[in-house]
Amino acid sequence: MGAFPLTRLLDRSSAVFLILLAAFAVMIPTLNLLVPASSGLHVSTYLVALLGKYICYAMLALSIDLIWGYAGILSLGHGAFFALGGYAMGMYLMRQIGTRGVYANPILPDFMVFLNWHELPVYWYGFNHFAYAALMIFLAPGLLAFVFGWFAFRSRVTGVYLSIITQAMTYALMLGFFRNNFGFGGNNGLTDFKDILGFNVQAETTRNALLVASCLALAICFLICRAVVTSKFGKVLVAIRDAETRTRFLGYRVEAYKLFVFTLSACMAGVAGALYVPQVGIINPSEFAPGNSIEAVIWVAVGGRGTLTGAVLGAFVVNYAKTFFTTGWLAPYWLFVLGGLFIAVTLLLPRGIIGTYEWWRARRAETQIIPIAAEAPHAAE
Amino acid sequence: MPGFHDRALALVFAIGLLLFGATLANAGAYEDALAGFTADSFGDTADAIEALTASSDPRTGAVVEALKDQRLLYSAETKRVFIKDKSGKLTDAATGQPVAAPPADADNVRLNNRVRGMLDAALGSLTLMAKEPGRRFDAAQAVFKSRDAGALPNIDKALEKETDARVRKALTEARAAIVLTSAEASPEDKIAAIAVIRDRGDQDALGLIDGLPSDLPPAVRQAAASASAKIQGNLALWSALQNAWYGLSLGSVLLLAAIGLAITFGVMGVINMAHGEMVMLGAYTTFVVQEYIRAYNPALFDYSLVIAVPLAFAVAGAVGIAIERGIIRFLYGRPLETLLATWGLSLILQQAVRTIFGPTNKEVGNPSWMSGAFDLGGLTITYNRLWIICFALAVFVALLAMLRLTRLGLEMRAVTQNRAMAAAMGIRTARIDALTFGLGSGIAGIAGVALSQIDNVSPNLGQGYIIDSFMVVVFGGVGNLWGTLVGAFTLGIANKFLEPYAGAVLGKIAILVLIILFIQKRPRGMFALKGRAVEA
Repeated sequence: MGAFPLTRLLDRSSAVFLILLAAFAVMIPTLNLLVPASSGLHVSTYLVALLGKYICYAMLALSIDLIWGYAGILSLGHGAFFALGGYAMGMYLMRQIGTRGVYANPILPDFMVFLNWHELPVYWYGFNHFAYAALMIFLAPGLLAFVFGWFAFRSRVTGVYLSIITQAMTYALMLGFFRNNFGFGGNNGLTDFKDILGFNVQAETTRNALLVASCLALAICFLICRAVVTSKFGKVLVAIRDAETRTRFLGYRVEAYKLFVFTLSACMAGVAGALYVPQVGIINPSEFAPGNSIEAVIWVAVGGRGTLTGAVLGAFVVNYAKTFFTTGWLAPYWLFVLGGLFIAVTLLLPRGIIGTYEWWRARRAETQIIPIAAEAPHAAE
Repeated sequence: MPGFHDRALALVFAIGLLLFGATLANAGAYEDALAGFTADSFGDTADAIEALTASSDPRTGAVVEALKDQRLLYSAETKRVFIKDKSGKLTDAATGQPVAAPPADADNVRLNNRVRGMLDAALGSLTLMAKEPGRRFDAAQAVFKSRDAGALPNIDKALEKETDARVRKALTEARAAIVLTSAEASPEDKIAAIAVIRDRGDQDALGLIDGLPSDLPPAVRQAAASASAKIQGNLALWSALQNAWYGLSLGSVLLLAAIGLAITFGVMGVINMAHGEMVMLGAYTTFVVQEYIRAYNPALFDYSLVIAVPLAFAVAGAVGIAIERGIIRFLYGRPLETLLATWGLSLILQQAVRTIFGPTNKEVGNPSWMSGAFDLGGLTITYNRLWIICFALAVFVALLAMLRLTRLGLEMRAVTQNRAMAAAMGIRTARIDALTFGLGSGIAGIAGVALSQIDNVSPNLGQGYIIDSFMVVVFGGVGNLWGTLVGAFTLGIANKFLEPYAGAVLGKIAILVLIILFIQKRPRGMFALKGRAVEA
């Protein structure tokens, strides 16, 4: 690794990724807004929203890769942090509806009027200000992750145990958010949004702006992740992943490292959820479903865990496949494909796409210098 | 209402018989009362009903029934009252003679709500004398609820004749209820009545005592207060027992769902997210077996579950062995990858079942010996829940015995405790792995047979149990079957005791939170393995 910090932060594949992302962020809005609809190069607004959604999924995958790929924490409840960020944004958007709701109540969202509530619950205070909502987007998932992680890591809950209790966590939250008296719209969740920061959420320009904002957020998250994993801190994380007990015996406070990276990752997932909600126009409790969180893990596995760029690639590939399958006559077969993907990736492609590519390149480079070197396939766990 | 029809006919018949022996001397009250119906005023009608009931004339029943069914006609001009029977034939209510054609002004006696209420009470009193103990009991219960003071003479009369102990008790309680709410009864009578009501001890009794007016004499009030406290204590005890029963029932379901997992996850350390789908396969096996029996040999339907159990074990076990040979054996030592692969497998199995059987719930019938319920004190116990508890315990004992007493069990324990040494002793570890996994899966299949009796058989059946099952195994302590047993029943009972306070959903959330906190305290469960096995 180079001694110069910038080259350490941006290795070749990271630079390629950031350039591609920037090109993507410029090209899609250009093709949508400036190229006439009759042209073959025109990108429809539907596609813009879809790609924006993928970018948010990519951020979620990135946050999972940070903890799973580098610290060995397999969270099966990251969808919960994603959904909490989404709910924080949804609450802001609900308050922006104001008198344009069905019941035209200036303070209360429609579902509260419908439930005969007369006052805004305390935890809805302040969400009419974007700054407060933005703070909560970090704080709500971050705080949950901090408390949860503090309990879990301190008592050394690791491996599959941690995976199962994270799953139980998101399951419990799902059950809770399904209840009407929780005050988050129950079954239907939050929807029917009108505008964000004064701009109409349905407008083409807003959709493009949200896409660019998502790309920007993804780039920032990516750089943060790179900064974490290329630092000394990151080296300790990898040490924890590969030999937790040994790292502890070397004098590192393993739980503090894990707690920090877990909380950071949860905040990223929250931001991803917050950007996701205005682009899809709804947030409801099914986002908490344990299945969603596990699906996000497979994005990372497909792309290659511990590579960061792989997580983004995996999110795009799997979600593209999902869109492709579920919108046509192939819909009944999607779950076969997804299930098969889980099995195939774990059995045949344990390094994922990017990981395999890098391993193959590294091996070729090695064999060119020392032809006899044959790397033993490294055990993933 | 055929019962009502029969009742009316029986009464009419009885009256017809009695009419021959009825002396005219004491029949005056009855005829006088009838006149009240001809006035076409609700007040007079009400008075007439009261007078009829008081006359205790055997013909009263037919008149009251007819009035209730709007089959009572009157003629204001001739001052006569007619009963129209179900076929439309008219009889004179006073003489019992058939009437060919009614007078021109004959019209139905009209009812309003007050009159209807009185009719019900009157009928209640009349059926107190019915032939069948069941009907007398129902009538006594009705009087207990209505507390109609007018029924008191009838109750007393009925009590004199009553021989059936159960009806007698109900009558005494009804009498006590009337005495308690009447203004005239003496304090001593009321205190005695409170004692009777207290011994009844159910929710109605509590409502009656708590609903007493506050201006009673102090002695009565005190008796009422102590009776109320006693009933409440009693009710709390029964409801606690009922909760415990529900908890045991839920615990047995959890035990069934988790016990296979205790083998695959607990003993082998393989985390199988498709475990719920093994349960689902067992349930669908039951469905298929029942379909075959329905189609080819309906007489065997009561044995369908007995046939389904070994088949479900075989199906789920075979699938389990295939999974172990095809996927899991490549992933030993990589628990997180195993988790993901088996999750994918669960998606495939669900979708496959959905493709074959359709996404809707399938109906699996209860054999006759599993339907119905019986009362045990204040508890209602359904046979299917009772059988499932017995079945869960039987499966548990069988599994424990298998692991302890058979050669295969010995080899399984050897391989899980020290694989290398077991292999050195000549045990074919790969074969044992496959068989152990097949055993765990097969038991999940058996659980599916039981769950098909109480849950919807749909492709999502297994998903509902997977998180709960893992919670049971983790809570009870990995690698310990006794831990699974205790864990299942603890969680089941805790869940049912939390439900009344927090509601079903919040109760479940509370349990999840409690388990998460519990794992903080004891990361390896209630019955943690100690010593060398811990890190293995």
